[in-house]
Amino acid sequence: MNTRLYSKFYKYVGQSFVKAILLLLAVSILSFTLVSLSPVDPIRSYVGEVGMANLNETNLAKLEAHFGLDTPPVERYWNWLTDFIQGDMGTSLIYRQPVADVISVKFMNSFLLMITAWTCSGIIGFILGTIAGLYRGRWIDKLIKGYSLLLASTPTFWLALIFLMVFSVELKIFPIGLSVPIGVAAAEVTVLDSLRHLILPALTLSAVGVANIALHTREKMIDVMEEDYVLFARARGESQLSIVKQHALRNIALPAMTLQFASLSEIFGGSILVEQVFSYPGLGQAAVSAGLDGDIPLLLGIAVISAALVFTGNLIANILYGVIDPRIRRGSVHG
Amino acid sequence: MDDTLVTSPLQISKRKRLNQRSKTIIYLVLGLTFLLLIAVAGTLLSHAAITTNFMQKNLLPSLQYPFGTDWLGRDMLARTLRGLSISIVIGLFASFISAMIAAILGTAAATLGKTVDEVITWLVDLVMGIPHLLLLILISFALGKGTFGVIVAVAISHWPALTRVIRAEILQLKETNYVKIAGKMGRGKLEIAVKHMVPHVFPQFLVGLILLFPHAILHEAALTFLGFGLPPEQPGIGIILSESMRYLSLGMWWLAVFPGLALLITVLLFDLAGGSLRKLIDPYSAQD
Repeated sequence: MNTRLYSKFYKYVGQSFVKAILLLLAVSILSFTLVSLSPVDPIRSYVGEVGMANLNETNLAKLEAHFGLDTPPVERYWNWLTDFIQGDMGTSLIYRQPVADVISVKFMNSFLLMITAWTCSGIIGFILGTIAGLYRGRWIDKLIKGYSLLLASTPTFWLALIFLMVFSVELKIFPIGLSVPIGVAAAEVTVLDSLRHLILPALTLSAVGVANIALHTREKMIDVMEEDYVLFARARGESQLSIVKQHALRNIALPAMTLQFASLSEIFGGSILVEQVFSYPGLGQAAVSAGLDGDIPLLLGIAVISAALVFTGNLIANILYGVIDPRIRRGSVHG
Repeated sequence: MDDTLVTSPLQISKRKRLNQRSKTIIYLVLGLTFLLLIAVAGTLLSHAAITTNFMQKNLLPSLQYPFGTDWLGRDMLARTLRGLSISIVIGLFASFISAMIAAILGTAAATLGKTVDEVITWLVDLVMGIPHLLLLILISFALGKGTFGVIVAVAISHWPALTRVIRAEILQLKETNYVKIAGKMGRGKLEIAVKHMVPHVFPQFLVGLILLFPHAILHEAALTFLGFGLPPEQPGIGIILSESMRYLSLGMWWLAVFPGLALLITVLLFDLAGGSLRKLIDPYSAQD
């Protein structure tokens, strides 16, 4: 009996996984089409304007062959995809290194930043939302709601600029940019140094991220607190704390978690801006330079990797949903 | 037993001076006036925004220059208004296009059968899978950057969320009795769609449109800030802020604070207007 119930759950997980892979493939096609459409000439951005003027026919042909410009787009995509799956993402034009190497270094930086911000904003946002929903209409609710509404409309990069001005320029608590101090060899950078450079970007990202989850949790909390079972619990004489613990939190945790996993895409977007302001050497900054300087292989690689991150987030959310929610675990609802 | 005995903290707080309806109207009127003022000021000030005056460089905010002046002696107030008006025009255009795409795709998904529905749902998942800002970078890159790239990128990438909303709404509508009965009475599909569905979905659409607008201008500003958008001689808010970055370490805070604040206020007004309009059309919260 049990195995039959659980097999449904495994099927559901498997389906989500296949769907994610197919979507990822589609993302790669879409990104590839977009960068191929671009009027930005990869050879021109590779050799520069002066180099372009001095380029003779044979060298031009060689370079075209090197970038695969003489093959039709579909074939080019196929070559790129097969290489990509084998781990060869091409060579970055601006870093003059294999894209895979560039991305793996930048990814770790970005990942550290995003995971810190994601965790902080998730936990703080959830707590704030719960408090606001519980004390609906009181001053604390107004405060939290006001903060969230304000932050939800704040341009991330502007907030980053403000933080930079307040904490780095005026108070001089944090360094102005870069994830390592200037003029220090990479090997001598201590963990403490990297942490200091991480705090401000992470703080900015969290401050913005809190808004969404807090507002959402607040709404849910208000809904749940008006349910009959809460009224009944109150009639039974359960304390407020016990009602929150036993009834409310269990019901609002799931949607909040889904939302938080779905917000990975937004956090990534925010990290692009924040990294740019704080000159934090992560994926976002690399994506911006790649886009501005016409580094197609790097841009493609980052697009696919970030989409993979987003889909992984969604997949984890789906699976967690199944693990935590007994109704889905037994395969009765959702598909 | 009297109902008033069960007054919870929730009900005590309901003494509101303004109801939802008047609040919504206030937000909308404020928002629209704001838009109009900025649009007018932006066109009038297009010249002042790029006029340099080296006698008055790097001035702190004062009565004559409320937002201060920059390193070329340009009036920051004029630049901010001009920049905001550029951002607003792009935002309006983009949110309108995106809302239209959402309306068409959402309706098509809900009415044209299972295959179309699956394709469109899949498309929504696909576009939502790429982080939005990265998608904007990709599209603007595909179009060779520049103003045109930004406008198109912002316009054609904001539809997925609203498409989902409209699709779900119409799917629900299809199950309602009056739509079913109209079908049984031999009304054509188009007639049902126009006469029964559009009026029902329209408020949702309008809210979606209004809420798209702040998103669109924020994204436009972000994209321009990163350097993908407008040329430096067109002072979009993004350009102003990215230029101000170079002068931050010199302590010239007013270059960044006021233009950003102006953008924030615009976005906030429309977020609030959209949000309260949504509450208003939702029968569960309309009486709040």
